[in-house]
Amino acid sequence: MLRTRPYLLTGLALLILSGVSIFIGVGQLSLGTVWHDPAALQLLWISRIPRTLAALLVGSSIAVAGVIMQLLVRNRFVEPGTTGTSEAAMLGLLAVTILAPGWPIMAKMIVAACASLIGIAGFFALIRKLPPDQPLMIPLVGLIYGGILGAAATFIAFQADLIQYLGVWMSGEFSGVLAGRYELLWLAGGLAVLAYLAADQFTVAGLGQKASLSLGLRYGQVLTLGVVTVALVSSLVIVTVGILPFIGLVVPNIVSRLMGDNLRQTLPVVAGMGAGFVLLSDIIGRVARYPYEIPAGTVFGVLGAVVFLWLLLRKPHA
Amino acid sequence: MIDISGVSYAIGKAQILKDVSLHIPCGQITALIGPNGAGKSTLLNLMSGQEPLQTGTVSVDALHIGQTRPRDLALKMAVVAQHVGVASRLRVRDLISFGRWPHNQGRPTAADHTMIAQALDRFDLNALADRFLDEVSGGQRQRAFVAMAYAQDTDWLLLDEPLNNLDLRHASRLMAELHRLAREQDKSIVIVLHDLNYAVAWADHVVAMKNGALAFEGATQKVTNAENLSALYDTDVRLVQTEDEVFVAHHR
Ligand SMILES: Nc1ncnc2c1ncn2[C@@H]1O[C@H](COP(=O)(O)OP(=O)(O)O)[C@@H](O)[C@H]1O
Ligand SMILES: [Mg+2]
Repeated sequence: MLRTRPYLLTGLALLILSGVSIFIGVGQLSLGTVWHDPAALQLLWISRIPRTLAALLVGSSIAVAGVIMQLLVRNRFVEPGTTGTSEAAMLGLLAVTILAPGWPIMAKMIVAACASLIGIAGFFALIRKLPPDQPLMIPLVGLIYGGILGAAATFIAFQADLIQYLGVWMSGEFSGVLAGRYELLWLAGGLAVLAYLAADQFTVAGLGQKASLSLGLRYGQVLTLGVVTVALVSSLVIVTVGILPFIGLVVPNIVSRLMGDNLRQTLPVVAGMGAGFVLLSDIIGRVARYPYEIPAGTVFGVLGAVVFLWLLLRKPHA
Repeated sequence: MIDISGVSYAIGKAQILKDVSLHIPCGQITALIGPNGAGKSTLLNLMSGQEPLQTGTVSVDALHIGQTRPRDLALKMAVVAQHVGVASRLRVRDLISFGRWPHNQGRPTAADHTMIAQALDRFDLNALADRFLDEVSGGQRQRAFVAMAYAQDTDWLLLDEPLNNLDLRHASRLMAELHRLAREQDKSIVIVLHDLNYAVAWADHVVAMKNGALAFEGATQKVTNAENLSALYDTDVRLVQTEDEVFVAHHR
């Protein structure tokens, strides 16, 4: 009973939030009239449903990417946004925007993913020599590394007069999401599902390279799978809606506190809670200064910080 | 039998192991002893394939370390490392169930559940089964890792200082359990021990290392004498024989 409660709660919250998200916004929709009104139906299919789905897909996939990264690095404080992964993806995106502006979005995304893979490899190389008994060194080095890559991106964007693009990529928000412009995100959702199939492998890898070797895990393969998943998810999210920082950090930490790190049990909740937080942030962003919108990434910056502090400071119950 | 032949190991310029060759017998408890930094953990890591061999060869029964698929090796030997620091929050029961992973790849059968229940029993972990690893004491965590290796149910069990952090009762229980495994199930056990009393009381075979080289090895009764042990630790060590036990005295 106790063990199914987290799944039920997450599912229920997602249902309610999705309902709210579909019926809230500048154009009024109500459950009674929408079925007879072709304009309302149009709004639903073109904007509201895609927007809601986009938020759900983004939230779940980046939370999953975050928890994978934390298990592979064996550090609670890493996520794509604190390890240079997102910045490296932006560098790739900038390069392709400057050199091959005509390429289709899919090709751009792949270039971004390759760049973020290189970025992650650089991060792993940097942290290899760090003392394992000082866990805060890893996110610190990651932040500095990300800062340097971010500065390089800003410099290049400035030179090439692409600062606006950078702004769009860096602040994740869903106001531009319409049918036909978010479907790449299904790939990110698919990757999260794939990750679930390998949940046990990731959990074992989280015990460390040696322990996983002694259990017969092909550690190198699992590491590669995880890193590729993280790079692809980050890039897909950046090219479609932009960076949503901290989701990948906050959500896995909350779930780990409450349920532990056995991904077979927790990954659905991680994905669900990530989806819920992003959707909630987007809804708050839509209604807080109605009819103007606040980016979901900004809203979550505040929301996530509060939740995270509560989590850190609350007394562990026996 | 584990056959170690001509194994040397260097980290940078430091020579950690120097041309170690020895046989470790089957179906017995072999104690690996020696001063801090002698190279016991390094040797154990090389034997279990957790560090790649540089020179020399190791084979475990018919399997050659370095040429065996990880899963096949995991079905052959289980390892408990000296430092079992964990960053992840798993419940004790979940950790132990991962001991069955080489067998079931994550799809547990009834036999797996029996084995897990047994491991919880044997290592006195039932009361802690649903606790998270980072919410139990160091000794309790160590027992959980030993129980995981036990659940792996392999011919060989390699343990690096498993008695660290264990209280008297659990240390004795662990040694008695290993003894039972060797006698009743013909398991082969290699255990790094610091407390020589446990080595003298429980081990059938002793391998002593010093400065990265083999100091002496052989049947426990033959090789654990005052002369050998004093030389090994550069300390006066006496053996005190009572009616039915031998004690190693070195405290004063
Ligand atoms: N990463 C390392 N770099 C350099 N020397 C090391 C490293 N790890 C271990 N050593 C050295 O190798 C020797 C053997 O270590 P170890 O096998 O852990 O000894 P034991 O387990 O017998 O106490 C020690 O002298 C230790 O200082
Ligand atoms: Mg050691």
